[in-house]
Amino acid sequence: MVCRDISELIHGYLDGELDLSRSLEIEHHMEGCPTCSRAYAEQKSLRSAIARSPLYREAPSELRRRVRTELRRAARSESPSRLRWGWRVLWAPLGVTALALLAVLAIMTRPSAESPLTDEIVSAHIRSLMPGHLIDIPSSDRHTVKPWFNGRLDFSPPVQDLADRGFPLIGGRLDYVSGRPVAAVVYQRRQHVINLFIWPAGGAASPSEETLSRQGYHVVSWSQVGMTYCAVSDVSPADLDEFVRLLRAPG
Amino acid sequence: MAQQDSWEFGTKDKRTRFEEVMLPHMDAAFNLARWLTRNDSDAQDVAQEAYLRAFKFFTGFRGDNSRSWLLQIVRNTFYTWLEKNRREEAVITFDETIEDLQSGAAAPDARMVEEADSEALRQAIEALPVEFREVLVMRELEGMAYKEIAYVADLPLGTVMSRLARARLQLRKCLIDRLGKKD
Repeated sequence: MVCRDISELIHGYLDGELDLSRSLEIEHHMEGCPTCSRAYAEQKSLRSAIARSPLYREAPSELRRRVRTELRRAARSESPSRLRWGWRVLWAPLGVTALALLAVLAIMTRPSAESPLTDEIVSAHIRSLMPGHLIDIPSSDRHTVKPWFNGRLDFSPPVQDLADRGFPLIGGRLDYVSGRPVAAVVYQRRQHVINLFIWPAGGAASPSEETLSRQGYHVVSWSQVGMTYCAVSDVSPADLDEFVRLLRAPG
Repeated sequence: MAQQDSWEFGTKDKRTRFEEVMLPHMDAAFNLARWLTRNDSDAQDVAQEAYLRAFKFFTGFRGDNSRSWLLQIVRNTFYTWLEKNRREEAVITFDETIEDLQSGAAAPDARMVEEADSEALRQAIEALPVEFREVLVMRELEGMAYKEIAYVADLPLGTVMSRLARARLQLRKCLIDRLGKKD
C-alpha cells in the first residue's frame, strides 16, 4: 500500500470504520512511514480539539414550544371537524348498543357474578371510553389534576405523573363506583387508556389484591395507605402490572 | 376540548407516538440545522419545518433509526430552504487534491491546532463548504456511523470517507491559516 491510498483510509481508521485486516494494513504502513503517521497524529489532535470544544448546539426551548404547538395544530387539521362529527354520530349509538349487548351477555353467561365490583369497574372503564366521557379535567400536570378533585370528593386522591416511565398522565374524571363517587385518574400507554379508580378503603367494598380479566380488559386492584385502587385497561397484563408496580413503589 | 376530541379517532395516537419517537431528537435536528444555516433563527425555521414534514410522513416511517430518518428530512428541508433563499453557498472545488491539502497544512507548530480555541474552530467549520460541513458535523458532533451519514446525506459509503477526509484536511488548513494570522 502506498501513501496515496492511505491518505483517505486514515480517516476510516480514525473513525473505527475499517475492518480488521484493513486496520492492520494501515498500522503496518504507518510504522514504516513517518509522513502518514504524522498525518494521522495531526488528525487525532484535530479531533480532540473538536471534542473539547462546546460546539454542539442544543435546541432552544422556544423551538421546543413552537414545534409542540405546530404539531398539535397539524394533528387537528389532519382530522377535519366534519369528519369528527360524522364519526361521533356513527359511534355513539354503536357504543351504546355494544354496551347493552355486553351487559346482556354478562348476565347470561355469568348468572352468579363472582365479583360484581370488577364488573362494575370494567363497565365504568368502557363507559369512559365512549366519546366525551373520558376526561373532565384534561391535563398532564398532576398539580392541576389533584387539586381539581378538591371540593368534588370528600377525600384527596394521590396523583402521580409517570410520563417518564411510559405512562403519561392525561387527566382526571369523577366517576361513581360501588355506590359512591370515586376519583378516576386517567393515564395513557401508547394508544391505550388506563383508568385508575381511587376511593377510601373501608368506605366501599375493598377488594384484596388481585388481577382479573373481563371481556378483554384487565383489572388489578389493591389497597394501600387507606385507599383502594383499581387499575383497568386493555393494555397487556405485563404493561398493567408494570404500571401497578410503578404506582406502588415508594416515592 | 381538542384534547378530548382527538382521543376518539386516532389523531392523538399518531401525534403521541410521533412525539415519543421524534422529540428526543430535537437537539440533533437543531444542531444539524444550525451548522447548515449558520444562523439561529434560520435554524429554528428549518428544524420546525422539518418536524412538520416528518409528522406528515410519519405514517410511512418503518425504520428503526428514527434519528437518521429525521435528520434526512432536516437536511432536505435545509436544501429546499437554501434554494428558496438563494444564499450563495461555496461550491466544492475538487482542484485541490488531498496531497495539496496535506502539504499546505504543514503547521509551523503542531500544537497550534491542539490548542485552538472553540471560537476559532467554530469559524473554521462554518467556513467549510456545506457538503463538507454536513458530514463533519454528523461525524464529529453527532457521533454518527458512516452508514448513517451515507443514508442521511444520500451518498455512497466510500464518498462519506473521502468527504470526511477532505473536510478535516481543509478544516485543519483553515484553522492554521487563521491562527497564523492572529499571531
